[in-house]
Formats: sequence, structure tokens, C-alpha cells
Amino acid sequence: MEDLIKILEKNGLVFAFLIVGSIMWVSYQVSSKLTKNKIPGAAIAISVGLLIAYYGKGEKGIASIPAFSGLAILGGSMLRDFSIVSTALGASFSEIKKTGLVGLLSLVIGTCIAFFAGGTIAYFMGYTDAKSFATIGAGACTFIVGPVTGSAVGASSDVIAISIAIGVIKSVFVTIVTPFVAGRFGINNPQSAMIFGGLVGSTSGVSAGLAATDPTLVPYGALTATFHTAVGCLLCPSILYFIVNAIL
Amino acid sequence: MKIYGVALLAGCFLIGHIVGDYFGKLFHLNGNLGGVGFAMLLLIFTYDYAKKKSWLAKESEAGILFWSTMYIPVVVAMSSTQNVKAAMSGGFMALLVGIIATGLCYLMIPIISKIGKK
Repeated sequence: MEDLIKILEKNGLVFAFLIVGSIMWVSYQVSSKLTKNKIPGAAIAISVGLLIAYYGKGEKGIASIPAFSGLAILGGSMLRDFSIVSTALGASFSEIKKTGLVGLLSLVIGTCIAFFAGGTIAYFMGYTDAKSFATIGAGACTFIVGPVTGSAVGASSDVIAISIAIGVIKSVFVTIVTPFVAGRFGINNPQSAMIFGGLVGSTSGVSAGLAATDPTLVPYGALTATFHTAVGCLLCPSILYFIVNAIL
Repeated sequence: MKIYGVALLAGCFLIGHIVGDYFGKLFHLNGNLGGVGFAMLLLIFTYDYAKKKSWLAKESEAGILFWSTMYIPVVVAMSSTQNVKAAMSGGFMALLVGIIATGLCYLMIPIISKIGKK
């Protein structure tokens, strides 16, 4: 047993691949078999991650146990930012140009609404400093924008954890609610699907929600949703944070 | 070769971070401001350009695609290393923010759709 732990500690990153791979497999099975894809596998997997972190001690979640320290490398800011940047490949600029100004408008408005609504609620619940306001507001964009903003402005780990949780709740909420409200909000053609993706953001939620509404709309919504994360990562830790910082 | 794609990604990533860092210093903040966002935009533009000139082979593209499929697993690893115990006190707020902020975005869909039709 002691030898095993030593090997795991020495090969932390490789062990992390095994752990995360297993979590992903179980989560996607649960998503397809138990929820009929109503709750996205990604959202389940991230929730499992947060749950595991709960059993670690202190600031670094499960990574505070040496055998699991590799998770801190795999989930550290370097590899996180690297893999996020790579997702931009899915979005071709010539395609978003087709949505034109309206697409851009929905991206900027969606980011601002989520940011200020989220931050304001946080403010009234006791998170009154600019860093927490910005991080929680950014979490209301997507579960990526939250931690990216949090580490940029230097927010504490527990506030960053809240921002991830908000993003996860958003993705589950969007997945479940979209098929029921699509008619009322006019999500029934490519253009409104693009506007929907740009406003709401959460790529996993938007794709899963549209898949349940009308599968032919998925690529349109997913396209602008990918840009939502890029726009959020651009605006939240910079301009929007300055505005908050100036007011608070 | 796949490494060409990975190298292009790495180049965009680093330039984005340098720009973000520069902006951080410009505004007297310690962090990196929007570096990830800059890097993403840069990758979109260079990739678009390289594709038009057919500089990028399918094989090189696969190097970038591998990392984009690793993004959810990386986020899972990241969430498992957060201070969740301390965040539990904010669990109710997370629910509130997640639902209210998202609901407001839904309300904007018909309004922006109308602007688009004009």
C-alpha cells in the first residue's frame, strides 16, 4: 500500500489522467442512461469534481492529499487556459460574420447582464468587495469565465469555487429549461438560435438544450456560445472589473 | 505533424498572455487582463488565415483539436482542486445567481431578435 502511494505521488499527472478519465466515463454513462441526456455529462462530471474537492482538506481541495496532487497540475491555470484557447478552433470567424452586428450585440449584452446581475446578487449577500463581485458575476457567464476572472483579479479560492458552481448550475438550468420555453422566446430559426447562444453562453447547456428542442439548431447556438466564453474572458477581468472597481 | 498545430496554439496562448500581462501592468494590477480572450481571438484569426492559404494540414489541426477535447476533463480536474468546503456557505447564492442571471438573458432573446429583423 505504501509503495503504491509512493508511485502515485511520483507520477501525479498520469494518475490524474486516470482519475479524470474515470470520472468522465461514469458521468457520461449516468447522463445518457439515467437522465436521457437531460443533464449534460459535462455538468455531472464537474459536479463530481466539486464533490471530490469537498473531501480534501483546505485550500486546494483533493490536491492537498499528496497522492492526488497531479490534479492540481492538470487543473492548474496553465493547462486550463491552454485547453480553453484551443476551443476557439470550433468557431470560424467567417461564420459569425454572417450573424453580423446582432450576434456581436447579443454576446456583449449577454455578458454584461450575467456579470452585473450575478455580481449584484452577490453584493447583497455579503460579497461586497470588487474582486468577489467580478468573480461571481463572471461565473454567471460560464464556469470558465469565473475562474479565469478570479485568478486574474486575485480572488480567493472559495469565491472561485462558488463561481464554478454558478456556471454548472447555469448549464444544467439551460439544458432543462430551454425545450420548455423555446416557443415562448421564439427560438425556432437559425438566427434566434445564434442570438440565444450569444446571450446565454454556456456551450454545454446551449448545445444540450437545443438538441432537445430542435437538433438542426445546435451548430448555430453552439457557434455563438463558444464566442461567449472568449468575450467573457476578454471583458470580465478588464473593462467590467474596472467599472466595478471604480464604483465599489 | 500534430506538433505544428500544438505549436501554433502555444504561440497564440503566449502572445495572448503577454498582451494580457501588459494590460495588467498598464492598469497597475497584478493579474493578467483578458489574456485568454486575446489568445482565443488570435487563434481564430490566424487559423482562418492559415486555412485560406491552406497552410495547415489536417494532421496539424488534430493537434489543436486534441486540446479542445481535453477542456472539460481539465475543468473537472480544476473543480476537484477548489476550496469547496469554504464555498459551501455560498451554495444558496450560487443557485440564486445561476437561475436569476440566466433567466434575465432569456428575456433579452425576443428583444434582440426584433432588432435583428429591422
